[in-house]
Amino acid sequence: MATVKTRRRARRVLAMRSPNYVLRRQALLTLMLAMMVVTVAGAFYRQVVETDYLQSEGARRYLRESEIPARRGMILDRNGEPLAVSTPVTTLWADPTLLARHAEHIAALAAALDIEPARLRERLAENAGRRFMYLKRRVHPREADAVAALIDRVGLTGIGTETEYRRFYPGAEVFGHVVGFTNIDDHGQEGIERAFDRSLRAHPGLRRVIQDGLHNQVAELEQVRAPRDGADLALTLDRRLQFIAYRELKRAVEEHQAVGGSAVILDVASGEILAMVNQPGYNPNAVLGGDGDRRRNRALTDVFEPGSSMKPFVVALALENGLVGPNTPIDTRPGTLAIGRYRVRDVHDYGLLDTTGVITKSSNVGIVKLALRMDAATMWQFYGHLGFGTRTQCGFPGESGGVLPHHGQWSEFEQATLAFGYGLSTTTLQLARAYAVLAADGVRRPVTLLQGDARPRDGVRVFSATTARQVRAMMETVVSDQGTGRRAAIDGYRVAGKTGTAKKSAGREGYSAGRYQSVFAGMVPAGAPRFVMVVMVDEPHGKSYYGGLVAAPVFSRVMENALRLYNVPPDDPTHALLLAATAEGAP
Amino acid sequence: MTGSARLSDLGGGSGRGRLAPLHLDWPLLFGLVLLCSIGLLVLYSAVGEDPERLRGQLLRLALAFALLIGVAQIPPAQLRRWSLALFAAGVAMLILVWLVGDTGKGAQRWLDLGVVRFQPSELLKLAVPMVLAWLFAQRPLPPTIPQLLVAAAIVLVPVVLIARQPDLGTALLVASAGGLVIFFAGLSWRAILLLGGLAAALAPLLWATMHDYQRQRVLTFLNPESDPLGAGYHIIQSQIAIGSGGLHGKGWLHGTQSHLEFLPERSTDFIFAVLGEEHGLVGILIVLAVYLFIVLRGLYIASQAQDTYGRLLAGGVTMIFFVYLFVNTGMVTGLLPVVGVPLPLISYGGTSMVTIMIGFGMVMGVHTHRKRLPV
Repeated sequence: MATVKTRRRARRVLAMRSPNYVLRRQALLTLMLAMMVVTVAGAFYRQVVETDYLQSEGARRYLRESEIPARRGMILDRNGEPLAVSTPVTTLWADPTLLARHAEHIAALAAALDIEPARLRERLAENAGRRFMYLKRRVHPREADAVAALIDRVGLTGIGTETEYRRFYPGAEVFGHVVGFTNIDDHGQEGIERAFDRSLRAHPGLRRVIQDGLHNQVAELEQVRAPRDGADLALTLDRRLQFIAYRELKRAVEEHQAVGGSAVILDVASGEILAMVNQPGYNPNAVLGGDGDRRRNRALTDVFEPGSSMKPFVVALALENGLVGPNTPIDTRPGTLAIGRYRVRDVHDYGLLDTTGVITKSSNVGIVKLALRMDAATMWQFYGHLGFGTRTQCGFPGESGGVLPHHGQWSEFEQATLAFGYGLSTTTLQLARAYAVLAADGVRRPVTLLQGDARPRDGVRVFSATTARQVRAMMETVVSDQGTGRRAAIDGYRVAGKTGTAKKSAGREGYSAGRYQSVFAGMVPAGAPRFVMVVMVDEPHGKSYYGGLVAAPVFSRVMENALRLYNVPPDDPTHALLLAATAEGAP
Repeated sequence: MTGSARLSDLGGGSGRGRLAPLHLDWPLLFGLVLLCSIGLLVLYSAVGEDPERLRGQLLRLALAFALLIGVAQIPPAQLRRWSLALFAAGVAMLILVWLVGDTGKGAQRWLDLGVVRFQPSELLKLAVPMVLAWLFAQRPLPPTIPQLLVAAAIVLVPVVLIARQPDLGTALLVASAGGLVIFFAGLSWRAILLLGGLAAALAPLLWATMHDYQRQRVLTFLNPESDPLGAGYHIIQSQIAIGSGGLHGKGWLHGTQSHLEFLPERSTDFIFAVLGEEHGLVGILIVLAVYLFIVLRGLYIASQAQDTYGRLLAGGVTMIFFVYLFVNTGMVTGLLPVVGVPLPLISYGGTSMVTIMIGFGMVMGVHTHRKRLPV
């Protein structure tokens, strides 16, 4: 009974009297209507009060500005052959939040892209929560196809593509120093790519598109800005000559175990640089790390003392000023000459020479005797007019101008050493420019690397045509059996040139024994030169180090090809007859 | 009975006339058909105009309506006899799911019956109101303390089993359905306050037992911008979709957020946002009006029921429908946290649609199987 009583009391507490069901139903209805009102109020708030804001938020998500890729300008050689081209490539990116749903296909994706599956998973984990990461930039077309096939097959989502341009250098290491290269963002880093980045650079367009939640571009609304390709740039280089010059220079540097070298070919009539090659080289298609040493365009960044290759200019000045004629005797006995406490030496005692003989034999004593008959200021001015001490401004960045000390600082001995090419420094290109003056009958023209260079072409006269012809005739004897540069000879053509073998300066300690720079500077055909070529080989460590043995053969092999490629008629009658006979005999 | 008098204005004559043997309630059927028709239009846009998926939904609708008509033929007295057995079977299956159930989308909800995969929690949505109605119909109202305690157990056992599957949305629905039936039956206000206080006191405990992702949902609901690409993404995108619809909407098939794949689950749980974006506030009001009509008709039927069982069953089923609606729309408009509850009769998918239609079949049965007694 007690339990019943307790239960009754409890019931009285909780349900004292029969509940008012009408009130209850009304309460329930009211509650429901209140809930309805709350829902409607929620919708009203979003759709009327907040609608503008939410509409713009929506637009922010589906309206996108997307780049329209543009192509960087090509770099071409003088015949329109491509030296640097931009080819479209695919870059693959992922939305990690979408791609994360396809964990089972990550391995297949990694295989298609030829990357480590573990590495890909790791990167996806690192970028989890982001909506963009590069999967692989600039993929091989084969990889792009494999990924597209995978997407088709298993319905992967969250992978997008964009078009980028990849810079490709068909000339590889042959043109590497001149053309340079760009970084992954297509900005020029070295060489012409860097110097003319502004005009070569592509200007990507911009378009406004509708993009869906899976990053697919659904529609294009408008083009905000049209894409503009970069301007093409034509160089004066001739791809064929460049290849031959590179090959021969490389061969010489290897053969003589040299540390480097450079060579320049100029077109005499125009001052255009037809070839400019260096050793060691690098491949701009695969620039790895920073071995800046290999990337230097030594032909115009590195200077050296030209040595005996300066002698023809001293002779030219002496002829021009009427100090001597080609056959004026000059006594070089006994092969040494004292100037103050210093001594100038020849390799041998050449005895009694004439002016021509001084060039032929490359007599230091002879040339110093000539030079000391001149005024220092005149000599300095003459060297300056030839372009020593000033940059060529051919359009390449980082060019060096060499050093030509002012004549006020010259002692007698310095004037003497300047006559055989010590005490000043020059780049290979500067030396070529000076030789081009001899080749162009005494007229100096600006040298250039760019077609359409706006500088005046007519040039300035440095000395007379007669002087030029006389010096060229003397230099022809260098390439004879009596001269120092007979290995520069080319069958059927008269070659004028001069060798140079300079001891390498070792800074303050003077000149080092055993370290030389071997030079050959020349022109062909000697009667009316078309080409000037300077070859410099740095520190040959083989058996020979004379310019005539190391550099001259390079000149000969390259120029032989150049003459043939440019259809230059032979001008050496003896050899020409011989050649004609051979040609008749041939089938 | 002023309340019921007002409600009766809504319905016309029902179950009478030549079609009476079909045991259908025509106003309710009209509301359901209207709602489903609007729903198909919205769905067609939401599935990206895919006729295949529309056909699938049509087939499920046909099946659901067939079941509704079939169930309506069963007299409530019969349902009352089956109530306990159905509930027991439902709980047994829940336990079975717990032990051997299939896992789908990270939760253990499915029971593979060989032919079909079946979600026992769906059955409980109907079985709980049925068994409660059965319980309270044992003796005249108001309920006694033991009845209330048993009722509490009847609600709690399946709710706990469902919540740990984990399926918070369904657990919430079953709990509120049960709670409303108990309230309907006559739980004292004092007890309600007491329970309310208890619930508030137990909230931290509930928090402690929640899964991480459930907690995350609540936190995200409170501040969706805290995680705009993760859990907050659904909320932000659905609010943008609804809000950008404005007063008149962007037009059928012209929703940007939904068609551009920004809105997640746009054909299922978030279809209300598609409605809001394409048809604006006007469209939302029309659809809500249709829902309200169905709910009021269901409640009217409950009020007109001849016995406690019928009244509580019809009321309970209708309330479940309403809670479905409220939880879904609240979630999509950002008033409630994200719980996986579809928009009843409009969302793509068949399970909840079939449950709801069977429920309305019972409601119709309550109304049309009347004892001819001149009370």
